[in-house]
Amino acid sequence: MKKYIANFEKYRFLLGELVKKDIKLKYRRSKLGIMWTLIEPILMAIVLTIVFSNLRGNKMHGFPVYLLAGRTLFQFFNTGTKAAARSIRSNSGMMRKVYIPKYMYPLGSVLSNFVTFLISMIVLVGACVIFKIQVTKYILLAPIPLFILMVMTFGMSMILATLEVFFRDVEYLWTVTTTLIMYCTAIFYVPEKMHSELLLVILKWNPVYGVIRNFRESIFYGKMLDAWSLGYSGTVAVLLTLIGVYLFYKKQDEFILYL
Amino acid sequence: MSQQKTALKVNHVSMKFNMSQEKVDNIKEYFIKIVKKELSYQEFWALNDVNFELKRGEHLGILGLNGAGKSTLLKVISGVLKPTRGNVVTKGKVVPLLELGAGFDKQYTGAENIYLYGAMLGYTKKFIDEKYDEIVEFSELGDFINVPMKNYSSGMRARLGFSIATVVKPDILILDEVLSVGDASFRQKSEERVKSMFDEGVTVLFVSHSLEQVKRICDKAIILEHGTIIAKGDVEEVAEIYQTKIKRKKKRKKKAE
Repeated sequence: MKKYIANFEKYRFLLGELVKKDIKLKYRRSKLGIMWTLIEPILMAIVLTIVFSNLRGNKMHGFPVYLLAGRTLFQFFNTGTKAAARSIRSNSGMMRKVYIPKYMYPLGSVLSNFVTFLISMIVLVGACVIFKIQVTKYILLAPIPLFILMVMTFGMSMILATLEVFFRDVEYLWTVTTTLIMYCTAIFYVPEKMHSELLLVILKWNPVYGVIRNFRESIFYGKMLDAWSLGYSGTVAVLLTLIGVYLFYKKQDEFILYL
Repeated sequence: MSQQKTALKVNHVSMKFNMSQEKVDNIKEYFIKIVKKELSYQEFWALNDVNFELKRGEHLGILGLNGAGKSTLLKVISGVLKPTRGNVVTKGKVVPLLELGAGFDKQYTGAENIYLYGAMLGYTKKFIDEKYDEIVEFSELGDFINVPMKNYSSGMRARLGFSIATVVKPDILILDEVLSVGDASFRQKSEERVKSMFDEGVTVLFVSHSLEQVKRICDKAIILEHGTIIAKGDVEEVAEIYQTKIKRKKKRKKKAE
């Protein structure tokens, strides 16, 4: 264990460089640059509000905030896992020539997406102000679901990155799967207003929704976190990370032979 | 001399590659093959029980024909490949001068790449900050340092790579062929830098096809053939064995014709 920590310390600077590179290059050739992390969610919120505001029950006060809270979180999970899944393959040239601890690649992808995600949170704060959302003390609990989401994304990323090396299908399968997860996550509808028992069951067992639900409780509804969602999503996050790290460490020495 | 410490120990290293006939990289094919029991791998041992030890300050030449396993051995020593069996123990900082600048990002400028590549080689930020000017100066890139690397010539890229990799004092230096980086004047400069490292008692692993170079640089040598060491010892003796081997091979070829 000590050895691993020492090794991590040694390459911490590299991890920072990889994260910086991801973020810098993502927006380098666009005129508005990093501003896109703010503009994109604003535009998306406007579009989705227009499209879905006539859906049952969406006429509630501050719907754009409700929507943004769901979408930015889901978007982090979505882009983070996808970037990490590709990270081993897209850095294969480097991996073949320089020794670097291999988990740096998926971890770097997840962290760089987390940084842009945190920046896009500014939009959410702005929306809260504009729509006059009542802030309660429970907003202090908001980092908890965010932390769980990051752990969950990292765990899933390690599993996907490992599988992706051996089967390229994973990338396509995961695109389909995330679309499915998106519709099974109440992002642009309010579950209680949909009057569907099945939907409630699906939402109950969807760990991504568990995170989003708790995040909304703390910032949108101003209530205590839901115990079931907290426990369940936390457990899934830990399990995914354990499986992911185990799988990755078991297979990482073979990566180079399959790239 | 004999009291010097071991710098590098290669312990019975074997490296196996799976040379599958066709690449199975999608799930459907994989399961079909499992069911049909067609998932056969052709094993290929690139290295077979390679075993040697170097003391500090020794220079080892690695001889062998193409495909003998020289590059694989260097990759195992530099840590890129993990051996199937055996292990490698190194003492101190290993600097592989192979494929200089392999970690560069083309969209990044030279300056940004100094930090990125330096981090990959395990340098700290403080160290790069200190050495930044020295690296830029040695690479002779001038104003090009702030230009994206996609606009660099291959010589410029190699020059920057060399400057970054050699800014540290290595304990073990891995060289593949004699350095031919950039134009004549830079080549001279880089050779001088490598020579100054030699003078400081660095341990050297040197791979080359040229017997002349190996004799000039090294004091010990090994010959690899099909991943096995077939001769090791003093450079003069080993070079002689290698020469007769090549001659014999040429003769055989002639006969076959």
